[in-house]
Amino acid sequence: MNSRQEKIVQFLQENLLFGQNAPLGETDSLLGLGLIDSTGVLELVTFLEREFGITVDDAELVPDNLDTIANLTRFVTAKQSALTPSG
Amino acid sequence: MIAPIRYRGPDEQGVRIEGPVGLGHVRLSIIDLRGGRQPMATADGTLWVTFNGEIFNYVELRQELLARGHRFQSRSDTEVILHAYREYGERCVEHFNGQWALAIWDVPRQRLLLARDRLGVRPLFHTTVGSRFLFGSEVKCLLADPDVPRAIDPRGLDELFTFWTPIAPRTVFAGIQELPPGHTLTVQNGRIDVRRYWQFDYHVEPGRADGGQRAEELLELLTASTQIRLRSDVPVGAYVSGGIDSAVTAALARRATGGLLHTFSIVFDDPEYDESVHQAEVVRHLDTQHQALHCTHADLGQAFPEVVYHTEKPLLRTAPAPLWLLSRLVRDAGYKVVLTGEGADEMLGGYDLFKESKVRRCWAGDPASRWRPALLGRLYPYMPRLQAQSPAYLQAFFRVSPADLAHRCFSHLPRWEMTSGIKRFFSPALRAELEGRDAVAELASQLPPEFGAWHPFCQAQYLESTILLPGYILSSQGDRMAMAHGVEGRFPFLDHRLVEWAAALPPRLKMRGLCEKYVLKRAARGLVPEGIVARSKQPYRAPECTSFFGTPEQPLRHDYVEELLDPERVTRDGLFDPVAVSHLVAKARAGRLAGVRDNMALVGILSTQILVGQFFREGVTGQAAAFDASSDWASATGNPALT
Repeated sequence: MNSRQEKIVQFLQENLLFGQNAPLGETDSLLGLGLIDSTGVLELVTFLEREFGITVDDAELVPDNLDTIANLTRFVTAKQSALTPSG
Repeated sequence: MIAPIRYRGPDEQGVRIEGPVGLGHVRLSIIDLRGGRQPMATADGTLWVTFNGEIFNYVELRQELLARGHRFQSRSDTEVILHAYREYGERCVEHFNGQWALAIWDVPRQRLLLARDRLGVRPLFHTTVGSRFLFGSEVKCLLADPDVPRAIDPRGLDELFTFWTPIAPRTVFAGIQELPPGHTLTVQNGRIDVRRYWQFDYHVEPGRADGGQRAEELLELLTASTQIRLRSDVPVGAYVSGGIDSAVTAALARRATGGLLHTFSIVFDDPEYDESVHQAEVVRHLDTQHQALHCTHADLGQAFPEVVYHTEKPLLRTAPAPLWLLSRLVRDAGYKVVLTGEGADEMLGGYDLFKESKVRRCWAGDPASRWRPALLGRLYPYMPRLQAQSPAYLQAFFRVSPADLAHRCFSHLPRWEMTSGIKRFFSPALRAELEGRDAVAELASQLPPEFGAWHPFCQAQYLESTILLPGYILSSQGDRMAMAHGVEGRFPFLDHRLVEWAAALPPRLKMRGLCEKYVLKRAARGLVPEGIVARSKQPYRAPECTSFFGTPEQPLRHDYVEELLDPERVTRDGLFDPVAVSHLVAKARAGRLAGVRDNMALVGILSTQILVGQFFREGVTGQAAAFDASSDWASATGNPALT
């Protein structure tokens, strides 16, 4: 588990699972498990932007980017890579 | 047993022992101030009654009974009940138009009859201890008897954290039952029989599609229902929320009395909840004498333990608290009776849940459609965080699966699933106790046989009108908050003639497209300001987390909150997981408790802890402390798994 993923898992454990030891697999759907309610994704986006220094565009607010630990990690990695100067 | 509820009837009290039966009564004198004392008997002493509420058509019933040879000693509606029972027996309730919980002791037959009004405006609880049958308007009456065990019913909690209320007859108190609305109960020769005497019938009558004509009919019904709800020997006031329902009832009351009408409203400091601009518009239009209660976040947090003491069940919202404060203002203004607009949303199709269900069903008809899910953006315009949600997430949240579509409770599944998420906070012991129980499946299996034949819109109305209306709206926000200060609420939209008329109305006249309460809006034109008719529905809500913790910039501290949510206390009480509660509290303190469910979880956990403290342990407030309880809830359940 890389540090990005660790931070994401820690956030989800504390804020969506409230510190409970419920198993949360990398590909488990946050929506499917009922961990995100109709307004909950905004909290997740605020965390990503603050923690990783990225900006999540409206068009990127889709479950394909945000609904599992694996998707979140991939999304944050890609966003941060885009921020890093290539040359 | 009547001492704990003296606030419901501060004017008089009476007790009568008749052989094996004891009847008690605390009186809020409204009709026939001199002659209506209770318990009351017939002249020959063979029938006794104790009664809470009003029979609004007592004038007509009295005439009817006089014509049949009955002779009366008073002008009260209470005496009419006795004579109606003598004339019609147990079926007398079918002749009543009103809101009541009553008990009649029939001496010759040695039979006790309990009855509750059709929609559940007035509460009635009962329990059996050994060979004794006890009943009362509130659970407190029953718990005053030392032989009644004090124990939480885990299944009652499970239902509350699904539907917002246990479903009668279940309560959150083990062994204590609530008589369901529209039911009678008899006790005779040691046998208890419960019977339903009234039920919703959503058989839509064909040929009732003319909106203009239906609007006229509605106005006639509402006028008649308001008129008989003004029958009183004390002045009647009205609540004004800023919405169309209370504006209509206030307007009709103003029109019927022709004189001065006193109105009351709640004003919030927080603009997200405040409707004072709209209230002022109604007050100006109707030219009423108006008083407003100014309510801050801190006021709500401070009032909350008293509120829970009166609701006698956990709450998922703070919305009852302002109504508790408002009834105090009403009482202090010298009023005992208020008209309100409750029931219009259920009967005439006002709730956003009905809209949500309609949009989801429309979308499910063509899941590939691009425009149908866009209608989701029309839902909940008053919830800024939901409005800020991305379309993709809105769709993901409200997506309809084939299993959902086939479910009998389709309309309510998103609400119930979201609420059920709070059960993650239950302690492992409580979760183990509830293992394998599915409250929604149980409810779905108990729906009336004709339910499946009703229009989906009517199915949603039925669920709302038989669960949330009696269990929360009329109880936790209604009777309990008003009666806490000796104030009686009266609801013109809940006259059974109007309710039955509305049930048979074609759904498209209730919600045309996504325009809610269509026929009411047509009926209200000219009666209330056009701006009130035209505005979108804003449901009555109150600040939640911030009432207890404030904001990081302006923190609030209530000692009872600290005490009851402390991990040691949570562990000791045994209902919730102390680790999860600590995380929730930390989030609340940091001002990050923004989601609907998180706020409901906080209010639900805190109110449960208050209830446990008040009814099962030492009290946490002055008033509740006087109502002491020493037994441990868990050991009292007799379930070792929960000790």
